[in-house]
Amino acid sequence: MNIAVLSGKGGTGKTFISTNLANTIPNSTYLDCDVEEPNGRIFFNAKDEMKTETVYRMIPSIDKDKCNGCRACTEFCQFSALAFFGDSPMLFPEVCHSCGGCEKVCPTGAITEVKSSVGIVEVNKVADLKIVSGLLNIGEASSIPVINRVLSEIENTSIIDCPPGSACSTMESIKKADYCVLVTEPTIFGLHNLKMIVELVQLFKIPFGFVINKVEDPNNTMIEDYVKTLGKEVLIKVPFTKEIANKVASGMLISDSDSDLRDLFKSLLNKITEEIS
Amino acid sequence: MKKILVLSGKGGTGKTTITSALIDLMDIQAFADCDIDAPNLHLIEAPKKIAKKEPFYGMDIAKIDPEKCIGCGKCYDSCRFDSIKKEDGKCSVDELACEGCFVCELVCPQDAISHVKNIVGTTQVFKDEKVFSTAILNMGSGNSGKLVSEVKKNLYENTDKQPLAIIDGSPGIGCPVIASLSGIDLAVLVTEPTLSGLSDLRRIVDTSRTFKTPVAIIINKYDLNEEIADEIRRYSESENIPYLGNIPYDKEVSKAINNNISLSKVDCEASRAIIKIKSRIDELL
Repeated sequence: MNIAVLSGKGGTGKTFISTNLANTIPNSTYLDCDVEEPNGRIFFNAKDEMKTETVYRMIPSIDKDKCNGCRACTEFCQFSALAFFGDSPMLFPEVCHSCGGCEKVCPTGAITEVKSSVGIVEVNKVADLKIVSGLLNIGEASSIPVINRVLSEIENTSIIDCPPGSACSTMESIKKADYCVLVTEPTIFGLHNLKMIVELVQLFKIPFGFVINKVEDPNNTMIEDYVKTLGKEVLIKVPFTKEIANKVASGMLISDSDSDLRDLFKSLLNKITEEIS
Repeated sequence: MKKILVLSGKGGTGKTTITSALIDLMDIQAFADCDIDAPNLHLIEAPKKIAKKEPFYGMDIAKIDPEKCIGCGKCYDSCRFDSIKKEDGKCSVDELACEGCFVCELVCPQDAISHVKNIVGTTQVFKDEKVFSTAILNMGSGNSGKLVSEVKKNLYENTDKQPLAIIDGSPGIGCPVIASLSGIDLAVLVTEPTLSGLSDLRRIVDTSRTFKTPVAIIINKYDLNEEIADEIRRYSESENIPYLGNIPYDKEVSKAINNNISLSKVDCEASRAIIKIKSRIDELL
């Protein structure tokens, strides 16, 4: 079973929920798909790196001696990643989508695809938990190849910690999910972005449920009210206290030290399992 | 016109809250929301009058004519984005995955594939004495640096004598952030005193510097963990990054937001801290 955790708005507690959920499930896999800003590994104290692997994508390399200047490649490229300077094309790798089209249209074989590093994937093991983190290189625009490499490590019960937002990298991160946990906070910002990702997971036809994090004011029911309009109920609510915030800030897994919260995360898995079956 | 961009690396550190407060405190007449796949600035700061509303087209999307398709699978084999499905001897396109590269059309021996226009969102410009540029993304379309650049272009095209503009950015360090960085005079980086916040701050500092944008740091909710707040201050010193100040955790912040008002309209500890930060930004500019 693959459970994706996403939120729309950033900072609502995706990594907090994902790491603690994985921590309460025996033999599970935690996958950090927020490869632009991965933080899950901070909480697992995974010192013994099992393996680190470079992730590559393919980009064109141009042999100027073979190029006859026909411009078929620059005309074909939909992303304006190739432009003619003088009598041969030049590549702008940051906008290249690695589609391979330029190599196919080149009539003289002047273009070959070569590997270009985009990031790394780390796979660690702490006790019975497998921890996978992707890390995008600084300055690299597309995180998709790194996310795909992270997802190739899916095993047993997998918790997929997704990037914020509702765009390409989030869509890529949920494509193997059997269930989506939507984490939000009780603010109008959280609610607005929550509605966007509800629409997104409905498009992907993935079952979903809600977690409200950072609950301070019991009279603030804006999220519950919205969830009710969908004919659903909130899975769990996690309180905000300065004490919890302080511990999480310093990289503690709260489910290790707080038995009430540990039970709460266990109940989250039970509710999800019930909903899927 | 000087341009400030508000970024953070980590999401939820307070970019939009601080942007909206600065708009009021610095009397900024031109602003944009470039966090297109999770926008919120319009909930606090938006001129009512809409000046421009236009569909935004993404890459054209592949379409396979089932009458002509013989199911040879050449498109399936060539697609790098897993966007071709092969079922019952016919190929079809997964529109959510297609990136519009045209390779499938190139390799199809039956001429069965064409590409169709694809609206990914709507750009909007609001204008009275203030100008606000934003966009609504269609869910499932993905986002692109192109749409971020369009929102910025719309802002600049609709302003003339305004001395200052502020742009609310996206979390992360990828495509939308890189597109938002071009032409910016100062990137204000909002962080929080958590190990995650610090780790993400380092990555957004490195990213901003790759694109040669000057940066400055604000620590929001600094009192949630003062040890890490100190560590962040030491980091900014060691990297010679201007430190703009810190803002305490304050329950009044979410109350103001939930009433759709800018924090600058409330007198509280957090808003007083932002007033101090405002004068430091003035000095830096």
